[in-house]
Amino acid sequence: MSVFGFKINEGRVIDYDKTDKRIFNYLQKNEPSFNLCIFCGSCTSTCSAGNFTDFNIRKLKMNIRRGLTDNIEKETEKCMLCGKCFLICPRGVNNRNIILKVREALTKIESHDI
Amino acid sequence: MSKKVVVIGGGITGMEASVQLSALGYSVTVLEKESQLGGHLNDWTVLFPNLRKGKEIVSFLEHGLELQEVNIIYNSKINEIKKINKHYEILLDNQKSIIADAILVATGFDLFDAHRKEEFGYGIYENVITSYDLEKIFAKGGEIKTPSGIKPKRIGFIHCVGSRDEKVNNHYCSNVCCVTGVKQAMELKTLIPDAEIFNFYMDMRMFDTHFEELYLESQKKYGINFIRGRLSEANEAIDKRIVIKVEDTLTSRPLKMTVDMMVLLVGMEPSKGTKEIANLLNLKLRESGFLKPEDDHTMSNVSNMQGVFFAGTCSGPMSIKYTFTDARAAVTKINCYLKEYELQNRIILN
Repeated sequence: MSVFGFKINEGRVIDYDKTDKRIFNYLQKNEPSFNLCIFCGSCTSTCSAGNFTDFNIRKLKMNIRRGLTDNIEKETEKCMLCGKCFLICPRGVNNRNIILKVREALTKIESHDI
Repeated sequence: MSKKVVVIGGGITGMEASVQLSALGYSVTVLEKESQLGGHLNDWTVLFPNLRKGKEIVSFLEHGLELQEVNIIYNSKINEIKKINKHYEILLDNQKSIIADAILVATGFDLFDAHRKEEFGYGIYENVITSYDLEKIFAKGGEIKTPSGIKPKRIGFIHCVGSRDEKVNNHYCSNVCCVTGVKQAMELKTLIPDAEIFNFYMDMRMFDTHFEELYLESQKKYGINFIRGRLSEANEAIDKRIVIKVEDTLTSRPLKMTVDMMVLLVGMEPSKGTKEIANLLNLKLRESGFLKPEDDHTMSNVSNMQGVFFAGTCSGPMSIKYTFTDARAAVTKINCYLKEYELQNRIILN
């Protein structure tokens, strides 16, 4: 039987005034090289995890900048911490440490430390 | 008797070229439409990449003019230019006429009029200003406030306003706005350390040696945010702040953000004076309206009219560094022409 009625689609617009920038702020303080990313994608192209799963570290970093952090915990779990992304980065962004710091920030958010 | 060169325009190009021409022994007259020399340089407080004062460059140029005792005619308007054999006769609106063996056109650029991008709200919303307006705010000194009178906590810069935009018929890149946006963002951040600053760009064109370093520094030391996405439209919120709407192309999602002040990085256009002189002398123009050289590789300062040369931003957008270089390059060409060096008749084999 069909169910009639209507639903409201969640908007796709990033409303920057309202999104959660706690992880972004935490990284800016604790891994300042986070600011240097120009989103060239070399990290993603070399990523061991990204070559076999839908893990995309470039997108992950971008989402953090925009405060889109809903799935962040699940995403960071996909990283194997091999560090190739750090080796290849043309701007010296310590991507490996970013993953560690994101995990750290998530723990702190959970315990209301940040 | 020394040969005569008339330089039309007393901005950076006109000033530097006349100093160099004069040093080579030519009798030089500068025709300036305003009551002072220096052109747009007078409007820029500090310059990229090293944040030195614009006035320093003006004083350097003026010192040269003093040393060479160049003749300058201020507030001049050209009515007509006649070609008589190999000479030109330039008729001014005060009935005076000047004879020239060679002419250097150095009529520069005009800033893009941001009102033409109506959807960006310049002249409609009070907290939308241009990079030029921001320079005036910097020049005034003191505490930075938005036109609404508050200390801005979030500021957005919009790149490529009037450049690379078919809708305003300017297809070219204005070369200097990207780095100006970075420079002004850093200046604002210095003056308001707790402000968040966002630069919205299509491409970051940091082509010159120091530019990439400045871009990196703006992220490293100043935490400037760069968002790849072109402004579609701006709206005014009820509190007079500006709502920016772009696609955040790197997350592939639309994004909106409220800022206290939005700065439009306006580009360069061929100046009104460039169009007038091109008309009087029948000079060839590019599709963009900038002056067109006889050959893009080998004749960059040479016009289609014998004895008429051009340099600086009347031939296309360029930074101060390249304006100096171009002015000096044109002097070399004029010297070759007036001395009738054989090398000016070089041919290109296909």
